[in-house]
Amino acid sequence: MSALQQYIDLYNEHRADLNGHAPDALNALRPEAFAALQGAVLPKRGTEDYEATDLEAIFAPDYGVNINRVAFSADQAGTFRCDVPNLSTCLYFFNNDIFMPGRTARMNPNNPVVVESFVEAQQRHPQLLKQYLGTLADLSKPEVALNTLLAQDGLLIYIPKGVTAEKTIQVVNIFNASQPLMAMRRVLIVADEDAHVRVLACDHTQISDVQYLNSQVVEIIAKRGATVDYYDLEESTAHTSRVSSIFVDQAEGSNVLVDGITLLNGRTRNDYYVQVNGEHAETHLLGMTIASGTQHVDNHTFLSHNAPRCKSNEMFKYVINDEAVGAFAGKILVKPDCPRVEAYQGNRNICASSTAKMYTKPQLEIYTDDVKCSHGAAVGQLDEEALFYMRTRGISEAEARHLLMQAFVSDVIDGVRLEALKDRLYHLTEKRFSGTLSLCNVCGSAADCSKLDIIK
Amino acid sequence: MLEIKDLRASVEGKEILKGINLTVNAGEVHAIMGPNGSGKSTLSAVLTGNPAFTVTGGSVVFNGKDLLALSPEDRAHEGLFLSFQYPVEIPGVSMVNFMRAAINEKRKYFGEEPLSAADFLKLMREKRSIVQLDNKLASRAVNEGFSGGEKKRNEIFQMAMLEPKLSILDETDSGLDIDALRIVAHGVNTLKTANNASIVITHYQRLLDYIKPDFVHVLYKGRIVMSAGPELALELEEKGYDWIKEMHPEL
Repeated sequence: MSALQQYIDLYNEHRADLNGHAPDALNALRPEAFAALQGAVLPKRGTEDYEATDLEAIFAPDYGVNINRVAFSADQAGTFRCDVPNLSTCLYFFNNDIFMPGRTARMNPNNPVVVESFVEAQQRHPQLLKQYLGTLADLSKPEVALNTLLAQDGLLIYIPKGVTAEKTIQVVNIFNASQPLMAMRRVLIVADEDAHVRVLACDHTQISDVQYLNSQVVEIIAKRGATVDYYDLEESTAHTSRVSSIFVDQAEGSNVLVDGITLLNGRTRNDYYVQVNGEHAETHLLGMTIASGTQHVDNHTFLSHNAPRCKSNEMFKYVINDEAVGAFAGKILVKPDCPRVEAYQGNRNICASSTAKMYTKPQLEIYTDDVKCSHGAAVGQLDEEALFYMRTRGISEAEARHLLMQAFVSDVIDGVRLEALKDRLYHLTEKRFSGTLSLCNVCGSAADCSKLDIIK
Repeated sequence: MLEIKDLRASVEGKEILKGINLTVNAGEVHAIMGPNGSGKSTLSAVLTGNPAFTVTGGSVVFNGKDLLALSPEDRAHEGLFLSFQYPVEIPGVSMVNFMRAAINEKRKYFGEEPLSAADFLKLMREKRSIVQLDNKLASRAVNEGFSGGEKKRNEIFQMAMLEPKLSILDETDSGLDIDALRIVAHGVNTLKTANNASIVITHYQRLLDYIKPDFVHVLYKGRIVMSAGPELALELEEKGYDWIKEMHPEL
């Protein structure tokens, strides 16, 4: 039986339960997702754009799906401390894939910004869900169709016209089930005309020896003149897999930053699909991966310039150590009649050990003459001369390597448009390189933060 | 302080140092001169433990310890310092983080607590003034975008921070204009005490006008072929190296 079939069977068996727990707007998408999955197969390793990653293998284990919405206890206090210090956020928790309304630090109810679980939004803002949910997610991707088939809830973030969400909206996703589990996570962000919002999503796994799979679909709609910053930080475990698809639609004059950071994980595949549909839009697509042990991180991006006079800047950096594997495949498409587009794509990688592997595939496809586009990809080692220079100053080889790796990722961290998060990322990457981020096998980041308190 | 006996070293299978003998005592300044390719920079690389070079024979004792058995970082902790002929640029690593790591690793080696942020910055300020290194340079990435003179001043600044017992200055005068040369030499002379020593590697007499050596050695084809007082440098300046080469047709 294919990996997909087991979940299709599950859907067939529990269709009524699923639909009973979920909002109408989500249920309305299921027939099409179901149809899309007929005869579909998950891409295997070696398929175009899956040179390094086998989705079939990632979905193959018999993960449970929490159909009956069984509540798990989450050590939220512990995870809450992983929160970015000095950053005052509105906080929303998902425990596995169940929304935890009691633990959220919500917006002031008078605030026009809408942040609600889909189930809540079904009562309060059903028209928003109906209008936007599923409009970007591409069901021809089996992993996206599967998420759509089985998801029961998610988070809606809607910023009305001209409104700025003052506080950063933080979504904390926690895995802590006692059995292998697949979480179906879903986020919908709509920034209406001239609206501004920053969202930080963090993935944590609290139990290190149970296998989990995070199936995530994020849709980001930035209307005319809107600004959206979306930071997606993964700090999980060697037994956690993640298959994430992020879809972005940009209208005229919008400015979107998407930053995907993998600090700790098991196997991860992140897909980014960006459609730039209006003139003078600006896109920043950033990524940073630190992988060691047997971690596997694959980022795939597709950025389509469908309108003239837009700018995009894409930069992904990887530090791959031990036996870890990194992969990057990025494509920029400039459609016909899109003059004055400026697009840059960069992928820089360090293989810090002789057994680390990196696959990279940069692509440009351009159908308009008057554009400025470039791409660059490089795989290298740490600079031996710099290492020796540092050692002659008394810096140990290990510390010198940390400093050089930290230096290597610093420009991606500098691209973060949120000061407190930038500081936090410098701190986290330092901890990560020195090997102290994973000390605690319950929640490494919580342990990490308690150390922080002592330092203070 | 330093005793080098019959030191032999090779790179990629080719023997460069063919039996070096040299003794340096505290309070002394030794100049090593010699034509291109004689092995001057190889000697400094071998003494500091550059992994690109292989020691094939001989011994080096530094303050009673077997220097060749120590890692490059431990050689630094024990008080050895090399001012590089070509200081390395390290983008993304700030001078402050670089120096803080260096100072604190040395303190750790001697079982001391790390320096507080305030004390560290005070030390940076104090030592910077010795070589007139601008605060702006100190806050930038290590050597990145520094001019040739700034890089050499930065080397002497690091030397001031680390307070080595033995400093090797490898072609510190190359790429320096006369003003920068004065500043660098002033820095080196300021740091000189009765308890430390220096080895100055140079092609030219020029630097030795500012940093007065007690001994001058000529390195030729991997061996020290002549040692004398400071007057030897003047003689070399006048006559070149040919007469030395003629004295050693066997090499």
